[in-house]
Amino acid sequence: MLFEVFIRSQHGVAHKHVGSLHAADAEMAMANARDIYTRRNEGTSIWVVPSEAITASVPGEKDALFAAATTKVYRHPGYFKVPPEVKNI
Amino acid sequence: MEPITDFQARIDAGVKIEPLDAMPEAYRKTLVRQISQHAHSEIVGQLPEGNWIGRAPTLERKAILLAKVQDEAGHGLYLYAAAETLGVSRQEMIDDLLSGKAKYSSIFNYPTLTWADIGTIGWLVDGAAIMNQIPLCHCSYGPYARAMVRICKEESFHQRQGFDILIQLSRGTEAQKAMAQDALNRWWWPSLMMFGPPDEQSSHSAQSSAWKIKLISNDALRQKFVDQTVPQAEYLGLKVPDDKLAWNETRGHYDFGSIPWDEFNQVIRGHGPCNADRMRARRQAHEEGAWVREAGNAYAAKHQGQHAV
Amino acid sequence: MGDSDLILSQRLGAWCGHGPVLEEDLALANVALDLLGQARMWLSLYGEREGLNRTEDDLAFLRDAGEFRNLLLVEQPNGDYAFTMARQFYFDAWHKLALDQLALSGDASVAAIAAKAAKEVAYHLRRSRDWVVRLGDGTDESHRRMQAAIDALWPFTGEMFDEYFNNLQPAWQAEIEATLNLATLTVPHDTWMHRGGRQGIHTEKLGPLLAEMQFLQRAYPKAAW
Repeated sequence: MLFEVFIRSQHGVAHKHVGSLHAADAEMAMANARDIYTRRNEGTSIWVVPSEAITASVPGEKDALFAAATTKVYRHPGYFKVPPEVKNI
Repeated sequence: MEPITDFQARIDAGVKIEPLDAMPEAYRKTLVRQISQHAHSEIVGQLPEGNWIGRAPTLERKAILLAKVQDEAGHGLYLYAAAETLGVSRQEMIDDLLSGKAKYSSIFNYPTLTWADIGTIGWLVDGAAIMNQIPLCHCSYGPYARAMVRICKEESFHQRQGFDILIQLSRGTEAQKAMAQDALNRWWWPSLMMFGPPDEQSSHSAQSSAWKIKLISNDALRQKFVDQTVPQAEYLGLKVPDDKLAWNETRGHYDFGSIPWDEFNQVIRGHGPCNADRMRARRQAHEEGAWVREAGNAYAAKHQGQHAV
Repeated sequence: MGDSDLILSQRLGAWCGHGPVLEEDLALANVALDLLGQARMWLSLYGEREGLNRTEDDLAFLRDAGEFRNLLLVEQPNGDYAFTMARQFYFDAWHKLALDQLALSGDASVAAIAAKAAKEVAYHLRRSRDWVVRLGDGTDESHRRMQAAIDALWPFTGEMFDEYFNNLQPAWQAEIEATLNLATLTVPHDTWMHRGGRQGIHTEKLGPLLAEMQFLQRAYPKAAW
């Protein structure tokens, strides 16, 4: 599963998106995020969020005129349902 | 101010392109290829160096090398993450690497035969990588540029530690000095080849340049690398294995000999000293790891929605 | 303490570039690096106290197997990922308890090293425990491999509670049982235990490990690196 990682550094005010990683579940994602993104004590607070759970606004000049369309955060292949019999995806 | 809608105009204005922005398919494909190739290089690059973690000659050197290889895994992760924002999955990228369809930097197909090779890799290979990477911090695609900024911050330590190993060897016993010279003899030309084919043979250049995916030409980077590195070799008391190497006062650059492009072409086609070994190692890790990954997924499926144990 | 950390770090370093997924390559390298840092602190302290002018490197690279004092558990090979995680879990659970105890030592230097290491090891334990649970309660194959690993390494755990650490056994046992139950694994029965690490009597596994680790210093005596 793909997770997005947000870190609030020691003297930071808000969590900042730093990247993404793969993990089977949230606990492993948290452990991985700590290893990948705070190896040099870069952050104090870590949020990991399944990418699927994030709803993003659509960029474009028409936002003001129309009800904001919303979509997934990236062109992510994670949003395509993989049939359960397919392994390792 | 009117938002810039024309893709090229945005790039020219220095506005970053972000994941959901409209983009030409060729732009997206070129980036996927370039970013994933870079990620694959970091991952495969763990192997020639990881080979010496167990044999590092002091505990401090062992720690530094472990930290470096760990950084490289991290860089691979940042880059796979950046590529995934363009609609390709980690699985697809890995499959392409393992099937031989995707490329990685030719330099990692050379063997690390002595401890001096570890120093030389840091000095030359990371040195060349840094030259390539710094301009990419300004590339047009946001997630890639940001990953590169992160990587560049960590990379400077890599080159310094390699050079430090060689300084120590150059001040050491006759056997150590010979070890350092031997390593330079084997790694010099492959390092120059890291910058890719000569500009006139590089098919992607012009468009990549306009799209700010490739910011400086292969030959320009290669020249800069030679100019920078030769004085460093002199400091180490090592001779660069190139009889044509000479400072050209008129040009203000070093002239250097012709690169053995035949060798380069063979290596990128899979006929280098370690291509088979590297791929075998990666395939093995992937196959032998399948049951572990499956177990992780199975556990997650069984315990969906529950909190931390 | 230093020798166990050093030998285990050496074992973990061999996984670089060969882990089941990239995130694990990084995680294992992290643990290896932490343990190596701790080993250096312990070995340096030992060198000071011994008074024979031996540095951390002299101790690591110039002693033969008979002089090493590591637990036999950590010199066992990596095997598959289940084997590595079982070995790690057994060690981490002991290591955390041992460090918490040493952090209370009247010897200020010992206490300081132990306190710092305990923070890192708390994290190692979380990770290895999580993997034992996931592999135990994952697929049939992972369950089978993890049970085999748990059983095979059990006879190396008795030694951990000899002498100074024998009061830690019940707490360790409790942690092991709780985790193995959660992992749907069977707790191994009490059995004959391997011993000898602290007396320098090792298994056949340590020799080749040291031969590889010490090669450069042995081949180029008196060279500086």
